[in-house]
Amino acid sequence: MSTAWTRKDLLGLRDLTREEIELILKTAESFKEISTRPIKKVPTLRGRTVVNFFFEPSTRTRASFEIAEKRLSADTLNFSGSGSSVEKGETLLDTGKNIEALKVDLVVMRHPASGAPHRLARHIKPGIINAGDGTNEHPTQALLDMLTLKEKKGRIEGLHVAFVGDILHSRVARSNIWGLTKLGAKVTICGPRTLLPVEAQTLGVNVSTNLDEVIHDADAVTLLRIQLERQQEPFFPSVREYAKTFGINQERLKRAKKDLLIMHPGPINRGVELSDEVANGPHSVILDQVTNGIAVRMAVLYLLSGVIRKEKNEDVDPVAQYSGH
Amino acid sequence: MKLGVSRAIFLPRIGRPMSAEEKKVLDQEGMDRALVRIAHEILERNKGAEHFALVGIRTRGALLAKRFQSIIQEIEHQTIPLGVLDITLYRDDLTEIGAQPQVHGTEIDFDLNGKIVVLVDDVLFTGRTIRCALDAIIDYGRPKSIQLAALIDRGHRELPIRADYVGKNIPTSAGEEVVVRLTESDNRDEVVVRRKTA
Repeated sequence: MSTAWTRKDLLGLRDLTREEIELILKTAESFKEISTRPIKKVPTLRGRTVVNFFFEPSTRTRASFEIAEKRLSADTLNFSGSGSSVEKGETLLDTGKNIEALKVDLVVMRHPASGAPHRLARHIKPGIINAGDGTNEHPTQALLDMLTLKEKKGRIEGLHVAFVGDILHSRVARSNIWGLTKLGAKVTICGPRTLLPVEAQTLGVNVSTNLDEVIHDADAVTLLRIQLERQQEPFFPSVREYAKTFGINQERLKRAKKDLLIMHPGPINRGVELSDEVANGPHSVILDQVTNGIAVRMAVLYLLSGVIRKEKNEDVDPVAQYSGH
Repeated sequence: MKLGVSRAIFLPRIGRPMSAEEKKVLDQEGMDRALVRIAHEILERNKGAEHFALVGIRTRGALLAKRFQSIIQEIEHQTIPLGVLDITLYRDDLTEIGAQPQVHGTEIDFDLNGKIVVLVDDVLFTGRTIRCALDAIIDYGRPKSIQLAALIDRGHRELPIRADYVGKNIPTSAGEEVVVRLTESDNRDEVVVRRKTA
């Protein structure tokens, strides 16, 4: 029948099969309804502990995870890099081992170094959900983007989805590229040459530096924020010039399909990548993305918690688990 | 593992394949009659179709609830609000079973507050599913009361739960299972009892 979830961790969409991605999206669709109830809570993860470990500033992702955890009745604990033992010189592995010793079930983790959650996942028992690692991946963001596309367009296969802006530093774009290409979408990346990854062609995507051409053919465009905090050197002459070439305003939108979706992982720099009218306009599904983020994260927490529990049972008695049910 | 080996040796000796042993306990006509009778009982007890709603438990309880809705439509010319309940997220055995079961979602798009809710399921067995369903329904509001309709009551209750409306009581042993087949999902209407396969 359908695929069963067997992974302890969600580290990136690069590792997942098409069926696994579809399972998460299908599960997320069922979880959406919970957030529309007067009592927005189900008892599914009662008694489980989830740690949100953010070594990097985050407001929306952390809030979204925390709401998802609470709506599943998990106990949650928040750590941030600043003000914790990390600042006193503790290594990542020691921090991880300490979290493990607290007997938690799942760790949601954001880290400035690419691959940090992968490394920790090999050494500790709790399941790890990557909430963004350096410039590598941000799988739950890509999943919520895909859920939004599926909801608005009815499908993902055959859609043309474009990512515009700082692709080089964008884990959101990277996760989306892995996921969307697996689900049969056509992906185009667009931005200043200096902000496009050199390995772009090997990722199976189209590359363009002309937004007017891209917007003409796209079904959805995700605008990416210029991440000044990740840029040590100037990648383009000025913000004003960038906005003119790679920002979307009403004028540029005239070239687009009538049902183009404008997406953004947030936070928006209004007047740079998006004008006010476009960000608030009828094409924008930016706030639907935020709502879908909760359902996607609930789905991931639900699916992973099954695997964690199973492993624990096997520690005690591998036979007992399969008999009697 | 051990069990599997001994069973393989044991079976050929008594000479009957396990899967073929199905005893039909309710055919299509019997099922129709039971459903019509229950619909009348629901109407009688609740004094007409004004005040109650039907909520079916996925998958076959939901299909049966839909049938009740159309039977009552024929009798009373009124459309009863109909909801579908997925109890997966409320199960008390999630910590015991393997990979997470697929969640299909709940669809209750009317206000439960103050209504009489008739909960519908195909087979009433341990009562644990109904316990989950009661928790789930109460998360949607505060119904005036909740009643339970089951096509089959097979006994072996593990919780203090009973049905208000029963299609047929079927005494079973713990080693048996009751299979309800409905045209909508299984291409025919029947209820069979057979030895548990797994």
